[in-house]
Amino acid sequence: MKAKHQRLILALAALAALIGAGLLAASALKDEAAYFYAPADVKAKGVEPGKAIRLGGMVVKGSLRRAADGVTIHFDVTDGKARVPATFSGIAPDLFREGSGVVAEGAFDTKGTFVATNLLAKHDERYMPRELEGMQYDEKTHQMKAGQ
Amino acid sequence: MIAEAGLAALWLAAALALLQLVLVVFGLAGRKEELLGAVRPVAVSQGLLTLLAFLSLILLFLRSDMSVMLVVTNSHSMKPWLYKFAGTWGNHEGSMLLWVTVMGAAGSAVALFERALGRSTHMATLGAQAAISLGFYAFLLFSSNPFARIDPPAADGEGLNPLLQDPGLAFHPPTLYLGYVGLSVAFSFALGALLTRQVDAAFARAMRPWVLAAWVMLTLGITAGSYWAYYELGWGGWWFWDPVENASLMPWLAATALLHSVTVLATRDALRAWTVMLAVIAFSMSMVGTFLVRSGILTSVHAFAVDPERGTFILALLAIYIGGAFALFGWRIGAVREGAPFELVSRETMLVVNNLLLSVILGLVLIGTLYPLLTEAFGHKVSVGAPYFDRMAGPLALVLMIAMAAGPLTRWRRDRFRAVAGRLLIPAAVAFVALALVVALAWGRIGILPLAGLVIAAAAAVGSVAPLWKRNLRRTPLFTWGMVIAHLGCAVSLGGMASDSAFTVEKLAAARPGDTIEMAGWTLRFTRIMPIAGDNWTALQADMTASRDGGGAVELHPQSRFFASPPTTTTEAALLTRWNGQLYVVLGQETGDGRWQVRVWWKPFVTFIWLGGIMIALGGALALVGRERRGWLMKWRARAAA
Repeated sequence: MKAKHQRLILALAALAALIGAGLLAASALKDEAAYFYAPADVKAKGVEPGKAIRLGGMVVKGSLRRAADGVTIHFDVTDGKARVPATFSGIAPDLFREGSGVVAEGAFDTKGTFVATNLLAKHDERYMPRELEGMQYDEKTHQMKAGQ
Repeated sequence: MIAEAGLAALWLAAALALLQLVLVVFGLAGRKEELLGAVRPVAVSQGLLTLLAFLSLILLFLRSDMSVMLVVTNSHSMKPWLYKFAGTWGNHEGSMLLWVTVMGAAGSAVALFERALGRSTHMATLGAQAAISLGFYAFLLFSSNPFARIDPPAADGEGLNPLLQDPGLAFHPPTLYLGYVGLSVAFSFALGALLTRQVDAAFARAMRPWVLAAWVMLTLGITAGSYWAYYELGWGGWWFWDPVENASLMPWLAATALLHSVTVLATRDALRAWTVMLAVIAFSMSMVGTFLVRSGILTSVHAFAVDPERGTFILALLAIYIGGAFALFGWRIGAVREGAPFELVSRETMLVVNNLLLSVILGLVLIGTLYPLLTEAFGHKVSVGAPYFDRMAGPLALVLMIAMAAGPLTRWRRDRFRAVAGRLLIPAAVAFVALALVVALAWGRIGILPLAGLVIAAAAAVGSVAPLWKRNLRRTPLFTWGMVIAHLGCAVSLGGMASDSAFTVEKLAAARPGDTIEMAGWTLRFTRIMPIAGDNWTALQADMTASRDGGGAVELHPQSRFFASPPTTTTEAALLTRWNGQLYVVLGQETGDGRWQVRVWWKPFVTFIWLGGIMIALGGALALVGRERRGWLMKWRARAAA
């Protein structure tokens, strides 16, 4: 094989591999990227059951119930405009509580309940889900409002 | 005083870096030997000064000097000394100081120990190293000064993020940074060689040990980080495809590709332009990673500070260095002569396949990591997680493992296809046996990717040791052993990953003291729960005993820890390690009726993941020592003959 040809073939192979990778990535991102929804977005746009998303908002006061098995919890998530029922089986983060912010990863079931597979709560002052930055929950009105 | 001394040392080091750059530029341009003669001492002094600055900061943390801003915001006088010490780099400013310290040390090492490189390329390399350092000195001094004072001094500090309060903090960041920043040497070598137009086999042989050393450290750092996250975060996972993890994986992928292409260049004088390009990409990925982690653009336990100014600063540095390097590449690469050609069936081709696959995986990880940032710029909040990365990187990594087994069994320059296929017969037979076994034992309970992973891990393990077949093991060179052990480590690690995702059994229960939990042959007896106190925390600790199939009972103590400063709760999982897996127990919250949430996993062969990582690093270290020792021996013989 001539050296010139070899360089050409190598360059073409690299190019083909990169284009292939780009196409693959584009198709996978379309399927797998989880979009962030607030309850109002869910109500407005609708989310098909089974589609992986992130749901973010505040846990509504008085909505948190623990099932008899001790490991499943039910709660509502609100952004002040809409409420979405959610459920989670597992060990919730310690700072997950009523009136505090949460980002839940999971999907809706066919009945419109959000089944969370993972909960992200505010961890400490310096580590907080990005989506919740600046959000505050008004204790009296049970409304969300933008923070400082 | 100590803070001022540290700051002065840092300014002096920055000035020396500037001097180093100027000396190289004028020395090389004007061929002034007297200027070039000063470069090496300057580089060494610069390294020593950064070390001095770093030691000053460590001292400030150890003494809990609450007149220093950084100590106030990140430390506490009640912390155990190990965390005062390691807490030095458990924050933005301190970790950037560690970065420039490693950079200075790498520059000193190149000045002191590099002998194989041509004189002018050596000087150009040191000039490039100084140029990169300058940017990071500027970043530290102008936007991240670790020595800033606070007046009046605070009564006490705010404490360290409790998630970081772990022996892992003493080991993971330094090793990772040694690898991360060690790659700057390869970057500087590439720039130096482009400037002097000396890209050849001798250049590759000079660069290889530096790449190997950085790669070994990076491998260790990633392995340690993975295990730390596994036991600290209490989710039972060992890799989360967190953007920050990707930021360490991307330089590793590039460095792994570089390590192999530099070998092709050193042995066969082929792939010249490509190797230079990879050297540039590898450190560029380190810088991209630093940008992602340190700009506050991501939310993560690693992202210490949210400060847009810093993000802009690092982005500007990125643009200058990466853009500059690629411009130089485009300008000079035409002057690099064509390397030696090779046949289609040859080890060179196998290594090209390795490089292509690693590059494609790197590209896919990069796209997945940056995509959320891009969409956010357009107003959509998106997260790209494990499903994307598993689906993209998983299958390609498996193909890569097959190539890894076949590569060393293919001859340099030219081989026959049938001969290679013949050498692969035994690994292929092993693959079939493994396939039959897995299908017979676990069909229907196991996903396609873990199944393929188990089968390919078995075949790759056999293929990895095949190069030793029919060889005199005593006379097998050390670097061949290194390759075999590193490749075997990849197979071991893959086996662990596949086994973990295929066979892990999990149970979530609410139990009260006195209850037992049965799972996967294990009996977990929950004896009692009681409060205990540590140095700067209190905890609720569950006392449990675990026994398997009626065997002896072992005590386990999962905890839920409360830290006062800053107020945080962390989960301390209890781990029970057996040769064939790990039992992982997490204590959750009280359920309100006297029961406690308990989450238990039995993870067969999960430890193989990190064992494999250590083997990979060990293999790299053996290869490094083997090559260098051969160099020393040859020099010694030459001297003896003369």
